[in-house]
Amino acid sequence: MERISIDEARHVARLARLDLADGELDKLTGELSDLLEHVEAIRRLDTAEVPPTAHPLPLSNVFRPDEVRPSLERAEVLAAAPATEADRFLVPRILGEAP
Amino acid sequence: MSLLDGGVAELAAAVRSRQVSAAEVLEEALARIEEAETELHCFNTVMLEAARAQAEAVDGAIAAGRDPGQLAGVPVALKDNMCTRGTPTTCSSKILQNWVPPYDGTVVRRLAEAGAVAVGKTNLDEFAMGSSTENSAFGPTRNPWDLGRVPGGSSGGSAAAVAAGLVPLSFGSDTGGSIRQPASFCGVVGVKPTYGLVSRYGLVAFASSLDQIGSFGATVADAALALEVAAGHDPLDSTSLDLPAPRLVEALGEGVEGLRVGVVDDFLAEVAPSCSLAAVAAAEALAAAGASCENVSIPEMLLGLPAYYIIAPAEASSNLARYDGVRYGLRVDGPDVETMNARTRAAGFGAEVRRRIMIGTYALSAGYYDAYYGQAQRARTILIRAFDAAYERFDVLVAPSTPSSAFAFGAKTEDPIEMYMSDLCTIPSNLSGHPAVSVPFALDSDGLPVGVQVLAPALGEPVMLRVAAALEAVAPPGVRGPVRPAASSSAVATGGGGGGRAGEGGGEVAGG
Amino acid sequence: MAEYETVVGLEVHCELSTRTKLFCGCANAFGAEPNTNVCPVCLGLPGSLPVLNEQAVELAMRIGEALHCEIRPSIFHRKNYFYPDMPKDYQISQYDEPINVDGLLELPDGSRVGIVRAHMEEDTGKTTHVGGGGRIHEAGHSLVDYNRAGVPLVEIVSAPDITSAAQARAYVAELRAILVATGASDGRMEEGSLRVDANVSIRRAGSDELGTRCEVKNLNSLRSLGRAIEHEADRQASLVDSGERVTQETRHWDENASRTHSLRSKEEAYDYRYFPEPDLVPLVPDEALRQRASSALGLMPAARRARLQAALGGAEHARALMDQIGTVIELSLDDLVLAASAGGADPKHALNRAANELASQGERARALDPVSFASLLALESSGTLSATQVKAVLPELVEHGGDPAEVARRHGFEQLGTEELESAIDGVISASPTEWERYVSGDARIAGFLAGQVMKATRGRANGKVVAEALAARRAGVSAR
Ligand SMILES: [Zn+2]
Repeated sequence: MERISIDEARHVARLARLDLADGELDKLTGELSDLLEHVEAIRRLDTAEVPPTAHPLPLSNVFRPDEVRPSLERAEVLAAAPATEADRFLVPRILGEAP
Repeated sequence: MSLLDGGVAELAAAVRSRQVSAAEVLEEALARIEEAETELHCFNTVMLEAARAQAEAVDGAIAAGRDPGQLAGVPVALKDNMCTRGTPTTCSSKILQNWVPPYDGTVVRRLAEAGAVAVGKTNLDEFAMGSSTENSAFGPTRNPWDLGRVPGGSSGGSAAAVAAGLVPLSFGSDTGGSIRQPASFCGVVGVKPTYGLVSRYGLVAFASSLDQIGSFGATVADAALALEVAAGHDPLDSTSLDLPAPRLVEALGEGVEGLRVGVVDDFLAEVAPSCSLAAVAAAEALAAAGASCENVSIPEMLLGLPAYYIIAPAEASSNLARYDGVRYGLRVDGPDVETMNARTRAAGFGAEVRRRIMIGTYALSAGYYDAYYGQAQRARTILIRAFDAAYERFDVLVAPSTPSSAFAFGAKTEDPIEMYMSDLCTIPSNLSGHPAVSVPFALDSDGLPVGVQVLAPALGEPVMLRVAAALEAVAPPGVRGPVRPAASSSAVATGGGGGGRAGEGGGEVAGG
Repeated sequence: MAEYETVVGLEVHCELSTRTKLFCGCANAFGAEPNTNVCPVCLGLPGSLPVLNEQAVELAMRIGEALHCEIRPSIFHRKNYFYPDMPKDYQISQYDEPINVDGLLELPDGSRVGIVRAHMEEDTGKTTHVGGGGRIHEAGHSLVDYNRAGVPLVEIVSAPDITSAAQARAYVAELRAILVATGASDGRMEEGSLRVDANVSIRRAGSDELGTRCEVKNLNSLRSLGRAIEHEADRQASLVDSGERVTQETRHWDENASRTHSLRSKEEAYDYRYFPEPDLVPLVPDEALRQRASSALGLMPAARRARLQAALGGAEHARALMDQIGTVIELSLDDLVLAASAGGADPKHALNRAANELASQGERARALDPVSFASLLALESSGTLSATQVKAVLPELVEHGGDPAEVARRHGFEQLGTEELESAIDGVISASPTEWERYVSGDARIAGFLAGQVMKATRGRANGKVVAEALAARRAGVSAR
């Protein structure tokens, strides 16, 4: 049975962009492990012949015609933003290039 | 008796025939909300101005000889995860506390087009994650049957508002039982339709492949009518079924003669006796009404809960990534964008949301995808196959709605897994995409309502609701709302209520 | 120093020329005011949902078809990572089930480059860095414009079959011509419609082993692509020669400094947590879709090259003309050349005028009526118009159309009648009797002087070749007498 280590939990929090205090990380590490134990039945299922279901509907090819629809008013869009400058969304400095 | 306490169709007919105005109906609903809100906290926002404007528009249309539609003048409450243009949509989260959507969701638009009057946004577990509304950032909703108990969740505010008679109709969303479980706890009818029947456009996503909007009503007929209006193809939702909206109300009275009903055995041993007894009694009642009833074991049903607690958090971890402090909602500043993101999200999300994001991120992360998410999707296939096999033999299935009746505040907050168990009987229908309804069918020894679920195959709403109506017809008296808010009879009455009250003006977010 | 071979694989992001974005009805337009082409969907507002643009699917299939790919049923995944230019903090992209796989691109020199895949995905917004000279690492803060977020892209991934900077350039040039020919893209690298990343590695000549590769970004033109690959291959070679190892990393090409530098990305391996996008349904290219995509497909550059070569008398003859052929194909002037040839023009002559004078007119040259092009060339080869005159007439024909003879007349390039020419020659003979005698007696060096005098007398309207012929005929007559 797998338990999660606190380092692993810290890595997951980093991936999820959650700035968690050590105390909470500790607690979550335990809770996560408990939950994984709970879903162990799923891991043990023999699914060699079973395809995954990503979606409950057997739909395919749902399209939209290539027709322009009105966009939003910029004032309304920017009004919701925590910070803007020059009609753009302002963010603190970015540490690295996009992957 | 007030028109608000009669059927929705009758109320709309009275408004259409100008027996009463939409404005009068609205004011009565607002007065009830005003009176009950302090105790119940069903609403995050009461839409005073927008509701009055809509009621006026409905009355104006009628005066001008136009028909405003099937829900003319009917006050409805909307779960606060349904986007409403110009009215805050908070998901009961601090991260969206002040967010005002620039657009209406499709269901919101359809309701307005049918003449309904949206009166407010109801409380929920943050981002619909929970089974008690205790996870609301703005304080929990109380169960009108017993103020010391939870209304269930996540659509607790919508269920309680109908149960208390504040509005005759409300809407919620159901990802793992979030309509049916609170419906059962509050003694109202709650329908989760077939996946794809109702547009998700404008529903803030929790787990996209499971989420469905559905209705609450005091009766099956009310909930069915609400669903008729909300359902139908929407080109803005790729997963919306391209079918005409189903006719649900007209067949409700056709009875159950000759129907094949399977009673799902596997849950009976897992739930409180009051809940299993209700399901068994329901089967007996259907048999008495001419259906053929048989117990059926579908052990795969028990795969639902563990599969769900991988799939739902995984999808949620991705759906909730966008709350990063850049474009809308809360921002907690930081020296760089990554720190700002992480601080914003840690401060803006409550404990349960953070927990599920962690689970979901882990389940999708490199090295674990196949073991968790991939396996859960295969378990989903196994469950669907089991359902399909059962529906070869049965027209509908009957099962308990919940493992217990409404529990006291704080009873399960310390143990997440215990709380997750609340969805045991409801989750399978979300994973399969099938419809299910909870109908009040019994009272337990504490005098609390207990619901019974009717499950049907995809697009089986007409037969499912027919069976639900038949159960409703023979349910013992007193199992359903509206009820006046009742003081607690339970020993534990912590943490409940008082967190918020109706807004004084349109757009105000209460609580928090 | 050891001999190395360069190994390059290219990833080309191509913005599709649709009217709207990939998943919403916002305009797909370059250069709009910031944050004006945005809606709930492409801003990733809570509750919004994507719906796939059918035209984007068709264009992606045309690309697949043109690159000889297998076009397959596909699904979209979510690629999860946080970045402020991405409204949902995940990108909707195709992952392990892309629409186009296993294709092939044949270059004009006959070499072949494998296409691993050509998949659909959405573009990100645009970030501007404020302070620190606009460089990301020194900037105080950044600003985001989401107009580009959600613009449809097809990412075309080549196999590591490219072995030189020149071949890489030829690959991108040919790919661009194909993308333009399919109608999928406008091919403008400078506007970012086409963005190229290069995976560069080196290996000992003759070896089959692949070396550690570096991904080079910021290649904004064919020129920087070629230079960046050369520099990066050199850098790796000197590393290996001095006993060091090449580290797998992403490097940024600095055009001004002529070097690549490491992007100093933090030592955090990205974990994209791909999973199937639950808001979209599978894309299954059925017969109707395939039909539409292939029927909309024009002739590809290779086929068009072959056509031109045939018209020019075969590949052998055409070899010396490859540059001109390339130019007319890139500008889609090949139809004009072929039509003029069919109308009686000399194909080589037509190619030459198209690749030079017409090409200098840019894209609008395509509008020229092939019949007037052919008759203009006929006027030139018959000597009625001089080369200079033809060059003067062409722009007007391109701009306004019309009959070339008529346009020439309006330019004062009237057809010089035989009579007028003969009388001009008469005038020159009487004005320069000595020179004429020398010419008649066989002094060929004086011919140029006489022809020049005739040209002068006709104010340049005479065709040099015709004048020379007329002078020769006159001399023949004198000698015979
Ligand atoms: Zn848009």
